[in-house]
Amino acid sequence: MFRTALRNVLAHKARLLMTVLAVMLGVAFVSGTLVFTDTLSQAFRNQSAKSYDDVAVAVEMYPNPEEARKTPGLSQKVVDELAKLDGVTSVAPRVDGFAGVPDRNGRLIGLGWANKGANFTPGKDGKDRAYAFTAGSGPVEDTQIALDRDTADKGGYRVGDTVRVATNGPVKEYTLSGVFTTEDGAVNAGGSLVVFDTAVAQKLYLKPSYFQNLTVSATPGTDADRLVDEVLKVVPKTATARTGTALADQQAKDIEAGMGTLNQILLGFAGIALFVGIFLISNTFTMLVAQRTKELALMRAVGASRRQITRSVLAEAGLVGLVASAVGYVLGIGLAVGLRSAMSAFEMKVPDGDLVLGTTPAVAALAVGVLITMLAAWLPGRRAAKIPPVAAMSSVHATASTKSLVVRNSLGAALTAIGVVLIFLGAGQGGDEGRMFIAGGAFLTLIGVIVLIPMLSRPVIAVIRPFFVKAFGVSGKLAGLNAVRNPRRTGATASALAIGLTLVTGLSVLGATVGTALDKVTTDQIKADYMVSMASGGSLSPEALAALEKAPGVTAVSPQQAAALEIGGDYVSASGVTPGAVEKVLKLTVVNGSLSSLGEGRIAVEEKVAAKRGLKVGDTVPVEYLDKQKGKLTVGAVYEGSEFVSPVLIDRKLIDAHEDPAEIREIFVSTEGGASAANERALSKAMGDNPAITVMDHKDIRDSFGGPINMMLNIMYGLLGMALIIAILGVVNTLAMSVFERQQEIGMLRAIGLDRRRVKRMVRLEAVVISVFGAVVGIGLGSFLGWAIGETFKNSLPGYALVLPWDRIGLFLLLAALVGVLASLWPARSAAKLNMLSAIKAE
Amino acid sequence: MTTTPTVSRATAVAARAAELTKVYGHGETQVVALDHVTVDFRQGEFTAIMGPSGSGKSTLMHCVAGLDSFSSGSVRIGETELSTLKDKQLTQLRRDKIGFIFQAFNLLPTLTALENITLPMDIAGRKADQQWVQQVIDMLGLSGRLKHRPAELSGGQQQRVAVARALASRPEIIFGDEPTGNLDSRSGAEVLGFLRNSVRELGQTVVMVTHDAVAASYADRVIFLADGRIVDEMLRPTADGVLDRMKAFDAKGRTS
Repeated sequence: MFRTALRNVLAHKARLLMTVLAVMLGVAFVSGTLVFTDTLSQAFRNQSAKSYDDVAVAVEMYPNPEEARKTPGLSQKVVDELAKLDGVTSVAPRVDGFAGVPDRNGRLIGLGWANKGANFTPGKDGKDRAYAFTAGSGPVEDTQIALDRDTADKGGYRVGDTVRVATNGPVKEYTLSGVFTTEDGAVNAGGSLVVFDTAVAQKLYLKPSYFQNLTVSATPGTDADRLVDEVLKVVPKTATARTGTALADQQAKDIEAGMGTLNQILLGFAGIALFVGIFLISNTFTMLVAQRTKELALMRAVGASRRQITRSVLAEAGLVGLVASAVGYVLGIGLAVGLRSAMSAFEMKVPDGDLVLGTTPAVAALAVGVLITMLAAWLPGRRAAKIPPVAAMSSVHATASTKSLVVRNSLGAALTAIGVVLIFLGAGQGGDEGRMFIAGGAFLTLIGVIVLIPMLSRPVIAVIRPFFVKAFGVSGKLAGLNAVRNPRRTGATASALAIGLTLVTGLSVLGATVGTALDKVTTDQIKADYMVSMASGGSLSPEALAALEKAPGVTAVSPQQAAALEIGGDYVSASGVTPGAVEKVLKLTVVNGSLSSLGEGRIAVEEKVAAKRGLKVGDTVPVEYLDKQKGKLTVGAVYEGSEFVSPVLIDRKLIDAHEDPAEIREIFVSTEGGASAANERALSKAMGDNPAITVMDHKDIRDSFGGPINMMLNIMYGLLGMALIIAILGVVNTLAMSVFERQQEIGMLRAIGLDRRRVKRMVRLEAVVISVFGAVVGIGLGSFLGWAIGETFKNSLPGYALVLPWDRIGLFLLLAALVGVLASLWPARSAAKLNMLSAIKAE
Repeated sequence: MTTTPTVSRATAVAARAAELTKVYGHGETQVVALDHVTVDFRQGEFTAIMGPSGSGKSTLMHCVAGLDSFSSGSVRIGETELSTLKDKQLTQLRRDKIGFIFQAFNLLPTLTALENITLPMDIAGRKADQQWVQQVIDMLGLSGRLKHRPAELSGGQQQRVAVARALASRPEIIFGDEPTGNLDSRSGAEVLGFLRNSVRELGQTVVMVTHDAVAASYADRVIFLADGRIVDEMLRPTADGVLDRMKAFDAKGRTS
C-alpha cells in the first residue's frame, strides 16, 4: 500500500505542489519562530551573563516618598564603606534618568522612552567597565558628556563638538569628551545614552552625593551570597541586594517574557497559514480521490479493504507532509536569520550570537506539517474508502453528492447560530467579560460560516453574477455558473480569503470606529491648540511651564499636574491645574458650582466621584497630601468627567507645596490665531528648543492615541498578506483541477466559436468570482465582529459610533479580485492552449 | 501518386476540399491521414462520410470544419479559404458559419436547454432570430424542455438540443461527428430524421461522419473513405446498399 502511495505522489507532483507550498509556509513560520526565539534568547542570556560577568553583588534602592526626604538613595558614604568590605575590589555606583540629544534638524534621536542619561564611574584605572570608548575618554568635568556610538553617528557629533542635551529641566550645552559602545539596555532597545560626570548626573537625577544603585566587584572565589549579607548590613533598609548571577538570570527571564509577544504574533501567522492550509490540502486530496475513482474502485474490486484505501490516502498525505515540512524547516531557519536582520533594520538592536538549532523546532516542524496534512486528508481518505468496487466498471464519473450537505449545513447553521447569539450577548454586556463572550462567539461563528460556505456560495455568487454578465458577456456568465458547480470546492477555496479578511476587516472597522471616537474626544474635550509633554513620558519641568506662560502669543496655559489626595481613607488621583486658565484650555462641563472657585483654594470633583462619596458644592472634606500633611478642602464645583484630567481638580500651587518634584504630565496651551507653524515654533523656542519636549496639535494627539491600534492593524495586514498567498495557492489548485475536469466542455466551446482570449477570460473570471465571494463573506463577518467588539467599548469611549472604512473595504475587494487574476494566470493559459480535438474526445 | 475520383456537380457548393492532405509525424513514423482528397459538399444536401476506423473520415471532417490544420491542399467554406486563416479567424468562422454536433459532451451542463441553443449567438454577441429559433425548437419538439438543464434530459433529448443549437445560428454548413453514436436506435432515428428534415424543409447543408449504415441511409449521398482516400460514392443510399459496399471494402482490405 505504501508503494502505491509513493507512486501516486510522484504521479501527481504538479497537483500536490500547491499543497506542499501551503504546508511549507506554515511549517516555515512555526520553525522559523522557534529558531528565532531560541537564538535570540540565547544571545540575550549570553549578553546578560556578560554584562554581569564581574558583578558579585548588585544593590538597588527605591525609597518611598517619606523616606526620600531624608535618604533619597545610596550615599557616597555607603559606597566608601562597601569598598572597604573583605574581598571587594571595586564599587560602581550609578544614577540615571532621562536625557536626549537632537539630530541636526533638532529632532530627538532614538525612541523617547529609551533615551537615558547616566553617570561615569571610573575605577582606579580611570576606566568605567560599562563603557568601551572608541574615541576620546569619559567625562570628568561638569561641562563634558560622552555619547553612545550610534547616537553620535546619527547626530553627526565628534569629540570636541558642542552637544545640546535635554533632560527634564532646561536644555544645556556640553562638550563631547568621548564616544563609546555599551551593552546598556536602553541603547539595545533603540534609545540613546548620555554619560555625564557623576556630580552632574546626581544633580540632574537625584541629589548630590547620592546614587540609585551600584554594583560590587569582588576578587575571584569570593562567596557572593556571603557578600550579599555583608552588603545588606551597610546599606539602608529599603535597599535590596542580589548576586550578579541572580540578576543576570532575572534579566534574561525578563527579556524572554518581553519576547513572548513577538513570539505569539509570529506563531499567530503560522497558525493562520496552517489553518487556512488545511482547506487547501483537503481540497487537493478530495480532487485527487475523485480523479482516481476508477483506480480506487479497481483496487477495491481486486480485494483491497476500505481501511487499506483510507490508509493509502493518508500515507500519501503523510509523505507530502514530510517533504513539505522538511523544506519548510529549512525555509524557517532562513526566516529566523531574516527576522534578525529585519529587527536590526528597524533599529531594534539584537545581540550577535550563533544560530541555535534545537531539537524542539525541528520536531515541531515535522510533527505539525505531517499531522496537519494527514488530518486534512482524513475526510477525503474516508470518502475514497466509500467508493464501491462496481464504480470501476461504470463509465459514469463519480459526482459529489449533495445529500451530505444537509448534515453539513445543519451543523454549520447550529454553530453559527450559537456563535452569533454569544456575540450579541457579549456586545450587550460590554467590557472585558463581553469581549470574552465575543471571542468565543467569533470563533464558533467563523467555524460555522466556513462549514456553511458551500451553501452560501450559490446565493452570494448569484448576486455578483449579473454584474459579470453585463461586463464580460458570455465569458462572465459561464464563469459565474462554473463557480457554483462544485460548491464544496468553491467554498473551501474561498475560505482562505474569508478567514484572512474576517480578521482584517474586523480590526479595520474597529480601528476606524475608535479613531473617529478619538477624533471626537480630542476636538470635543480639548479647547487648547496644543498639548505639550515629554517625549520620555516623564514629567515636564516647572521651568517649561513658566516659559510657556510668558511665551508670546499665548492666551491661556494650564498644566495637568498629577497629584493624589487621600479623601476618606483612600487615595483619589487629582489634577493640579491653573485656575482661570483650565476652563479655557479644556472643555469641562460644570454641573454645579463654578470652576472660578479653584482660585479661592477650593477643589472641583467629578460627578461620579462626588455621587459615590456623597460630596456636593460647599462640603468641606479633610484630606491628606502625599507628604502625609493634613488639610481641609472645600468643594467648589462638580463637573462631568473628561479624558484629560483626573476626577479631582485643584489649584496647582496647593499641590506644589506637598509634592516635590512636581509631576507635570501635560501642559495645555491656547495661542492667538489658533494652531499654526509659527505658533508651534514660538512655543518650542520659548522652551529653549528642547528636543525632549513634544508639542502636539489636535492631529498629533489623535495619532498618539491611535498608535497602538494602528500597530495592531499593521500586524493584521501582515496576516492578510499571509492569507492572500495561501488563497492564491488554493485558487490555482482549484482552477487547475476545474480546467482539467472540463476539458471536453472547453473543447466544445472552442469548436462552436469561443476564441482563446475568451476561454482565458472565462477561467480568470471564475477565479475572480471565487475570490470575491470569499472576500464578501470575510468582509461581512469581519464588519459584524468589528461592530460587536466596538459595542463593548461604548461605555468607556465617549462619542462612540460605528464607522465602516469603505475605502479600506473597497481595497480589500480589489485585492481579492487581484488574487483571482494572479491565481488564474497559469490555469487560464493551459485552458486556452488545450487541443480542441483531443479535448472533445477525452474520456 | 494516384488520382482520386473527383465528385462535382453544377449546384452551389457550401464547402470544398481540394487536394487536401494531412500527414502526421516525420520520416519512419509518418502517417498519411488524408491523401490528396478532393470533395465538394453542395448546398442543401445531406452527406454522410463513411469508412472503416483509421480511414481518415473524422480527420476529413475536422479539417473541412476548421477544427484541425492540414498539411497541404485547400479547404473553402463558401468563399473563405481556410488554409490562410489564423486561429482567431478560424474561431470566428466556426462561430458564424458552421454548426457542430458531437457524439458526446455537446452541451454545457450549467446552462438550460434554451441557453445552450442560443450559446453560439451569445458568444458572437448577436441577437438570436427569435422566429427562426422558435421554428427550430418547434420542429425538434423541444418547447416543453427549454428550462431544463442537460442532466434533466434524456440522451436523445440532449442530442436534439445539440441539433437545435447547430441550426439556431443558421450556419452555412453543419458538421456532425457520429451524432448518434451514443444513442439507442430509436433516439438515433429521431435525431437523424430531424437532420434530414432540416435539409429538406429548411434547406440546411449537413455533413455527418458515421460508421453506422442505417444512419448513413438517411443521407442524400454517402462518401466512402479508405486509407485517406475517397474510394466510392453512393447517391440516395439505402442501409443495405451501404452495408454491402462496406463489406466489400472490408473484404478487399483483407485480401490485399
